[in-house]
Amino acid sequence: MRVARIIPCLDVDAGRVVKGVNFVDIRDAGDPVELAARYDAGGADELVFLDITASSDRRDTTVAMARAVADEVFIPFTIGGGIRTLDDARRLLRAGADKVSVNTAAVRRPELVSEISREFGAQCCVVAIDARTSTQAPSGYEVFTHGGRTRTGIDCQQWAAEVERLGAGEILLTSMDRDGTKEGFELHLTSMVSTTVGIPVIASGGAGTLDHLVEGVIAGKADAVLAASIFHYAEHSIAEAKTRMAQAGIKIRPT
Amino acid sequence: MISRPLVAIVDYGIGNLHSAQKGFEHAGADARLTADRGLISDAAGVVLPGVGAFAPCMAALGRTGLDEAAVAAAGSGRPFMGICVGMQVLFAGSDEAPGTSGLGVFDRMVRWIPGPVKRPQMQWNVLRRSRAHPMLDGLDDPIWAYFVHSLAPETPDAEDVVATCDYGGPVVAAVARGSVWAAQFHPEKSSRVGLRILANFVNAVRAEP
Repeated sequence: MRVARIIPCLDVDAGRVVKGVNFVDIRDAGDPVELAARYDAGGADELVFLDITASSDRRDTTVAMARAVADEVFIPFTIGGGIRTLDDARRLLRAGADKVSVNTAAVRRPELVSEISREFGAQCCVVAIDARTSTQAPSGYEVFTHGGRTRTGIDCQQWAAEVERLGAGEILLTSMDRDGTKEGFELHLTSMVSTTVGIPVIASGGAGTLDHLVEGVIAGKADAVLAASIFHYAEHSIAEAKTRMAQAGIKIRPT
Repeated sequence: MISRPLVAIVDYGIGNLHSAQKGFEHAGADARLTADRGLISDAAGVVLPGVGAFAPCMAALGRTGLDEAAVAAAGSGRPFMGICVGMQVLFAGSDEAPGTSGLGVFDRMVRWIPGPVKRPQMQWNVLRRSRAHPMLDGLDDPIWAYFVHSLAPETPDAEDVVATCDYGGPVVAAVARGSVWAAQFHPEKSSRVGLRILANFVNAVRAEP
């Protein structure tokens, strides 16, 4: 039985959730523990925290945040953003993160994926791939880094196969063309990567409606769907999303 | 006042044990991460965690000498619980690490999950009870638990199997024999269901004289 996961994504800066989390009756909208507990109670299957902290000296607060979340919340969570070294990964995993997600640093030094996988296991090694359509890439999609600003010349499909070979346990695939548009996931990209690799793929970028989540799993063949705005602004609950997915014939963990 | 029994979580240098410790604390235990053989042999209950791969876990257990402590604890009659790779190493060996012996508490092998499925199984899945066992007391079906694994013990119809999940066929999800319980899924990551399973273990620890 294959069971799709719904994964809310929270942006954090210096250990605080930032940008548009707007639940009613929440005491502190920036508290990652309170929000994580809220999503756990609401039926989220996992959480992703994307660390947008720019300066490395404030990253200690991200480690402290991982510890605080792990103290109180008993669903898996991933931390991504700014992880450059094996030691960065080690600190977050020791603090209680279940997985770390690497992106730019993996492109720059692919051995980092192998190092994390070998030391902590493939299950905690997520590679985030930011892809954009490109006529120059054989698969039609090129890998970008630095939050989608820097083109790499690397073909997305080839890179996906490569990170699996290097030891990644999961791919977090973001369409830079769709990210923030609310037009839905890039389904062709998603299904291409999901059928290329034998590890789970999380679809990301563009989810604006509940039907988009359904499409991501059915047409996109994704194992999990990541979404930010549709949940944070309480436009929809996790329960509504799961109900819609179940109606479409997708197996989910009920809330 | 309900007692908080001492549960030793064997810390042999593998993986993130923070969540496991906090989970057992939530479940009512005085949970300690420890590599101290004295504490492991004195504790009312013992937990053997493990993540990653079979061979590095066995190597770390051997290096720290905690392999013997774990086998002794599993044979002591005190409640004992293996989790994830900490379950797999209780078996004789694993397809993942030919030539590396496991602890042999259970005498069969751990095998790759067969069939055209994605490995790892990284998802929530339903526990299908193979028999009544206190591990799953107080839980209504369907019981959802979080799995991350590419291998599992063979023989889903073995007598010691407590639950399976369906992932391209029946996959062993939990086993138990006597005082030894083991879960392939992560109770410490399975939200309310998982905390109840940990509490069931702590209750078993409390029930020991």
